[in-house]
Amino acid sequence: MKKKLISALLSVAMVSTLLVGCGSKAETPAADATEAAGTESAETATQAAGTESTGAGQVYYMNFKPEVDQVWQDLAAKYTEETGVPVKVVTAASGTYEQTLKSEIANANAPTLFQINGPVGYQNWKDYCADLKDTELYSWLLDKSLAVEGEDGGVYGIPYVVEGYGIIYNNAIMDKYFAMDGAKAKSVDEINSYAKLKEVVEDMQAKAADLGIDGVFASTSLTPGEDWRWQTHLANIPVFYEYKDKGISDTDNLEFTYSDNYKNIFDLYVNNSCTAPGLLGSKSVDDSMAEFALGKCAMVQNGNWAWGQISGVEGNTVTEDNIKFMPIYTGVKGEENQGLCTGTENFFSINSQASAEDQAASIAFVEWLFNSDEGKAAVTNDLGFIAPFSTFTDAEKPQDPLAQEVIKYMADTSKTSVAWNFTSFPSQQFKDDFGAALLEYTAGSMTWDDVKALVVERWAAEKAVAIKE
Amino acid sequence: MQKTLKKYFAVFTLPTLLAFSLAFIVPFVMGVYLSFCKFTTVTNAKFVGFSNYIKAFSTPDFLNSMLFTVKFAVVAIVTINVFAFALSLLLTRKIKGTNLFRTVFFMPNLIGGIILGYIWQSMINAILVKYETTLVANATFGYWGLVVLMNWQLIGYMMIIYIAGLQNVPTDLIEAAEIDGASHWQTLVKIKIPMVMSSISICLFLTLSNCFKLFDQNLALTNGAPSKKTAMMALDIYTTFYNRSGFEGVGQAKAVVFFIIVAVIAITQLVATRSREVEQ
Amino acid sequence: MRKSKSTRVSDTITFIVLCALVVLFMVPILFIIMNSFKGKLYISDNPFALPTAETFARFVNYTNGIEKTNFFSAFGWSLFITVFSVIAIILFTSMTAYYITRVKSKLTTAIYYMFAFSMIVPFQMVMFTMSKLANSLHLNNPWGMVLLYLGFGAGLSVFMFSGFVKSIPLEIEEAAMIDGCTPLQTFFGVVMPILKPTAITVAILNAMWIWNDYLLPYLVIGVSTKYKTIPVVVQYLVGSYGAKDMGAMMALLVLAIIPIVIFYLACQKYIIEGVVAGAVKG
Repeated sequence: MKKKLISALLSVAMVSTLLVGCGSKAETPAADATEAAGTESAETATQAAGTESTGAGQVYYMNFKPEVDQVWQDLAAKYTEETGVPVKVVTAASGTYEQTLKSEIANANAPTLFQINGPVGYQNWKDYCADLKDTELYSWLLDKSLAVEGEDGGVYGIPYVVEGYGIIYNNAIMDKYFAMDGAKAKSVDEINSYAKLKEVVEDMQAKAADLGIDGVFASTSLTPGEDWRWQTHLANIPVFYEYKDKGISDTDNLEFTYSDNYKNIFDLYVNNSCTAPGLLGSKSVDDSMAEFALGKCAMVQNGNWAWGQISGVEGNTVTEDNIKFMPIYTGVKGEENQGLCTGTENFFSINSQASAEDQAASIAFVEWLFNSDEGKAAVTNDLGFIAPFSTFTDAEKPQDPLAQEVIKYMADTSKTSVAWNFTSFPSQQFKDDFGAALLEYTAGSMTWDDVKALVVERWAAEKAVAIKE
Repeated sequence: MQKTLKKYFAVFTLPTLLAFSLAFIVPFVMGVYLSFCKFTTVTNAKFVGFSNYIKAFSTPDFLNSMLFTVKFAVVAIVTINVFAFALSLLLTRKIKGTNLFRTVFFMPNLIGGIILGYIWQSMINAILVKYETTLVANATFGYWGLVVLMNWQLIGYMMIIYIAGLQNVPTDLIEAAEIDGASHWQTLVKIKIPMVMSSISICLFLTLSNCFKLFDQNLALTNGAPSKKTAMMALDIYTTFYNRSGFEGVGQAKAVVFFIIVAVIAITQLVATRSREVEQ
Repeated sequence: MRKSKSTRVSDTITFIVLCALVVLFMVPILFIIMNSFKGKLYISDNPFALPTAETFARFVNYTNGIEKTNFFSAFGWSLFITVFSVIAIILFTSMTAYYITRVKSKLTTAIYYMFAFSMIVPFQMVMFTMSKLANSLHLNNPWGMVLLYLGFGAGLSVFMFSGFVKSIPLEIEEAAMIDGCTPLQTFFGVVMPILKPTAITVAILNAMWIWNDYLLPYLVIGVSTKYKTIPVVVQYLVGSYGAKDMGAMMALLVLAIIPIVIFYLACQKYIIEGVVAGAVKG
């Protein structure tokens, strides 16, 4: 009986390995468009046999920015063609980066290269972040203080892009308005405070038909996952001023002292929009950018990364020289000198639990990106990144109008840039809750006081959770 | 014969048992254990006693999802079964085209939850756009959206079971009643319904378990929006697990609670059916 | 049986009511079919209007949807996983059910109750640990999925087969054994043919579940491999790219439904019977 049992066990095991073995070798259908062609089957075959992939490593990058997915796919293909190293890029759906990364990183073929959004993100992923102190990439970083450092002094995240956001406006429509009788301003330079902005916007909204627009602002997209422009970027401004008043860079208890300022601008966006407030819950960032590109509205809040989304819209009516930035005014004292919000929340990290070959391959890929001529060209022109590395000369800055504006604002010493303090926001959960509350506020089922109370409460609760970790 | 067959234990049962242990037994035991642990991956678990359970109930999310699930299940079960039973009565009247009708009504049942969810999401949004609002703007929309969706999906299924039950009601019984002057309503209440009690309990159980464990449809239709107000228990557990780091233990604890609730319902149902069968 | 006049009238009314209900039931399907042929920017304008010359987009949405999700590959893997899982389930669980029903011991009783028990456990209970275990064993490929589906589908299948095996008279098998058949020969030569109706039921129930299952393939296979199934790509397309391409989404929903409808119309009789049998026994 025992003997039979063992032999049966063995045969089952044998059959199953056979099945697995031939299965993975036999299956090679048409290469998936989103994957490095032809590398997958070899990879699975080795994995099925129970060994780690040997020889040269491979790269699996989990991309954070859906709007540049295609660029990364092309870059990956190019790099593979050049070096033979397989690079796979997968893009997480908007707002689900942490979630996707979490389920993917537990997989046998986990991402080797991913990104964290700053110190808070690092706390979540520190088990997976390799020390990058000795990499060339770190040595190229212009401002070493930007990198994410661990308690042990190691470098666990390297910023790879500096970005700026504000209110993008269509200068052609603005000029048309300024030329009208009774216009509240004669040029954009006069708009340097919330009061003035409100005056102009509301007047423009009243004359929307004459201006040929549906509304001044593009849709305040509040679809869950599409609300980061409000719960993260716009929310940064009141937090920035509160930190500034208190002279801090992080807090366990946000008072949301500037909540009225947030409400000012948010209401202005919602009430002077090309979309009815009740419908905002079905709009995406892409919708907003398309509205702007098609000239249905004059303004949209977003960052320089949105250039591709504007230029890529079919039937685009906005010319390059008419796309400009202005700061987001919220009615804070002294905001006349406020600049754009510039900073970074994009830090590369290498998966420390990937095989040594894969880690090396991932570092090599990133270094290629920021040092080789092809890589730099792609970073500057296709991704539109303002890269914070010494390997980039002044000529190697993106030429698109939005990036140019950001560079201009950063160089303008009379303006104070708003730092990206949202990297200290407690968690994605906090942002999601905030966004959901904004959605309910626009739908009329929550008052502003409720929203304010929720922000204060969720902030404290989520920070408390983070501390306990 | 038993003796000869007994020696073949490995051949007959091992493949299934192997897969079953891998897919169910081991994960189940680990799951129960991990609900008392703090962990991010299975390998770094640390025993923490009941703190996960306390955490699970200390935020309103889980209780809200429980309440929402119950509210949804009650309304969905009643509507689905009433409509399905009414349809089955219409379809057992031997009228033309019965087969075609049955085919159409049953079809939604075969469509997967994710796909159903997105079909209805776009439908409902298309209707709500006329009122300048959207599915995620108000939890009431999400709630009724789910109810309608589940009705659409399950009515056909339950209808088929009721039809099978009604067809087993002896026709002479009904004819005898009609000859005695019983009205349609009387035959329905006095004869048909009592005769299909077993179908009714099957359908109640099926709708109950389908509604309680609902996940795909919930994920696709609203994903809990707004503010998790339309998240059912399965979705709440899923988001606890996967939307944030450090809450895996809490998610597992919620899953255990969920399991206990489902198990209690199932066992109650089983006992109830058994005792009724004995009575008959 | 001749029908009286009043019956005929009420039959006609019933018929009309049913026809109206059929239309109502078909609305969602017609809705997505209709919109799948409109240009993506026109869909939200007037979603209940038929495509006009201006809004008609031919098959653009279809080509977009197919391209973005690599739909045919997803279809292939869905088919692959479903077919092989169902075969494995039928083969192995019927054998197991036969054994534990015919050989009565404490062990087999315990096994039987384990299978029955697994039926009431919601997937969320084992979701996390199972996907971790599956990944550490490198089961994140279609064959691994087959193994997992065999394990997770075993509960209901063994339960249903056992119920049927109990009703088969022992004499038939005993006669075969006396003729010198080994238990395996007896099972495949004698028992299996008798089990055929139950096997069809089990096959249909499992096929419906596996084909439509989202969470298990999503968690185990993930979005980064090429083995994505149809529910996974649908969820991925709709949630991803920041852009909700309504056109491609509609087209994809239509595409996802077509195979089910064909399968249903082809095997309608078995499906309906199978579902009834499954419900009654389950």
